Amino acid sequence: MTSTLQISRLTKRFQSVEALKEVSLTLELGKRVALLGHNGAGKSTMMKIILGLIPFDSGSVAVCGAAPGSAEARAQVAYLPENASFHPALTGEEQIRYYLSLRGESPKLAMGLLERVGLADAARRRIGTYSKGMRQRVGLAQTLIGKPRLLVLDEPTSGLDPVSRRDFYDLLDGLAAEGAAILLSSHVLTEVEARTDRILILSEGRLAAEGTLAELRRQAALPVGLLVTPAAGNEIVLAGVFPEAVRADDGRLRLLCEQPEKLPLLSRIAALDGQVADLDVIPPSLEDIYAHFSRRAGQ
Amino acid sequence: MSRVLATAVSEFRIAFRNRWVAIATVMMVLFALVLAAAGAAPTGDVGVDRLSVVVASLTSLSVYLVPLLALLMSFDAVAGEIERGTLPLLLTYPVSRLQILLGKLLAHIAILGLATGLGYGVAAAAAVVADRGALAGLPSLWRLVWSSVLLGATFLGAGYTLSALTRRTSGAAGLAVGLWLAVVVLYDLALLALIVSDAGGPLTTRVLPVALLSNPADAFRIFNLSAAAAVSAAGGIGGAADAIPLWQSAASILLWPVAALALAWAAFRKVIP
Ligand SMILES: Nc1ncnc2c1ncn2[C@@H]1O[C@H](COP(=O)(O)OP(=O)(O)OP(=O)(O)O)[C@@H](O)[C@H]1O
Ligand SMILES: [Mg+2]
Repeated sequence: MTSTLQISRLTKRFQSVEALKEVSLTLELGKRVALLGHNGAGKSTMMKIILGLIPFDSGSVAVCGAAPGSAEARAQVAYLPENASFHPALTGEEQIRYYLSLRGESPKLAMGLLERVGLADAARRRIGTYSKGMRQRVGLAQTLIGKPRLLVLDEPTSGLDPVSRRDFYDLLDGLAAEGAAILLSSHVLTEVEARTDRILILSEGRLAAEGTLAELRRQAALPVGLLVTPAAGNEIVLAGVFPEAVRADDGRLRLLCEQPEKLPLLSRIAALDGQVADLDVIPPSLEDIYAHFSRRAGQ
Repeated sequence: MSRVLATAVSEFRIAFRNRWVAIATVMMVLFALVLAAAGAAPTGDVGVDRLSVVVASLTSLSVYLVPLLALLMSFDAVAGEIERGTLPLLLTYPVSRLQILLGKLLAHIAILGLATGLGYGVAAAAAVVADRGALAGLPSLWRLVWSSVLLGATFLGAGYTLSALTRRTSGAAGLAVGLWLAVVVLYDLALLALIVSDAGGPLTTRVLPVALLSNPADAFRIFNLSAAAAVSAAGGIGGAADAIPLWQSAASILLWPVAALALAWAAFRKVIP
């Protein structure tokens, strides 16, 4: 069995809210998958179901070949909850020592783990005195315990400063290289773009899109923007040539075209040789692609 | 087992930092000292050693204090984890809910054991210093210590149950106080009213023993008083203890902690974090 996580037609309803509707997905060893979606899309709900914390209504979920929440699954899965919190009276080191014992590992490893998340200096202080980012790091440190085959991380980088975010994704790369499968949710599109293998977009409980960023870009087939800077004195002429263009204050013309029309349009512009001073092609941004899938499902 | 121990160590540390260890110990020692001072008056010809008299008064004290301490320490056990948001993560660890409860129980029992052990120890020492003959009462002191721990375990289990059922610390605290009032105070008042109105009739002889045995606090009192043969020193409801064989009250104080823990486990298993 190579898939670490197998979900098929998962449906979950809370009284009046249908949080997840027929969601199916497979997660293989060594893959990093990002779960995106608007607030209330069902990301945290899906993660809690994978961990066996809440029951689901229909469909099937297999975690490392076992039922979610079973002793076998729990031994192989690490979790970082949405708002990781710990007992304020314990120190970071004591908290990690406790978690190590629960996983049957030596509590002596605690300091090493805290060093990996850059918390060695504060390890002997009570968690009650920690900043939000420091608490988040304690949460990250506990996901590194043992050799989890699946990491489920709910907004792992929330509260982390930019440098720590990069360090965190470096850490993930290492874990994935060792064969761990990683499912993480995030609202920060740029970091997800560069540091994950696959993207899932949930919208109102439905899986609205799935694939690598390039695949999503192709599927979305969003119009490309072209920014034409007319040569001095040619503003009026060019505006006549492209009546559909929107004229910006600085005199530049903004054109939108569908993917198949892009090359013909470019050659038309190139043919206008002396009248065009400059040309910029603006591909649809990550936000555009995300909004496309999120909206199409009815936001 | 190591998971239970690890949980217990962590819980003990938390209780220590929250001053529960200090509060429980100081409370028990103070009350025990007051009782010892009060009991230091000449006992006359009661025919029992001084320590047994102290044990009898400690019993009356513990019946109120031990359940109160136990409930105060336990009402937060599950609801607090839910409110702090620490429960979901804990439940994704390879540790069963029973192990978590047992770990908490172990830590809280250790604290109760420490508090009662020290409190009773001080009172006993005072009694022995005043009268060497008091050493004869040591077995009844020992019985009081372990039965206090069992009584505490019963109310710890009850506290965990309330905590898991309400999921809110404020609700659990209110119910804990209510439970203490009902079981430890009002129950006895009701029984007294029954005795008075019945005036030695069939209710007193048949219903009363059952009613006493089915209340863990009363069973604890009866067990210690009848075992110490110092019933006369206590009076009141304790007088009814004569009619109840020792093994019955012993069985009650042994079974209650098991039942309370089973209840707590059942309630905790239903909690969805
Ligand atoms: N315990 C619950 N009871 C009732 N409704 C719930 C419960 N938990 C979640 N929901 C509902 O399920 C939906 C999905 O919530 P979920 O927490 O999974 O969203 P999310 O995608 O994680 O959002 P966010 O980005 O804000 O974290 C929401 O409409 C939410 O109100
Ligand atoms: Mg969420």
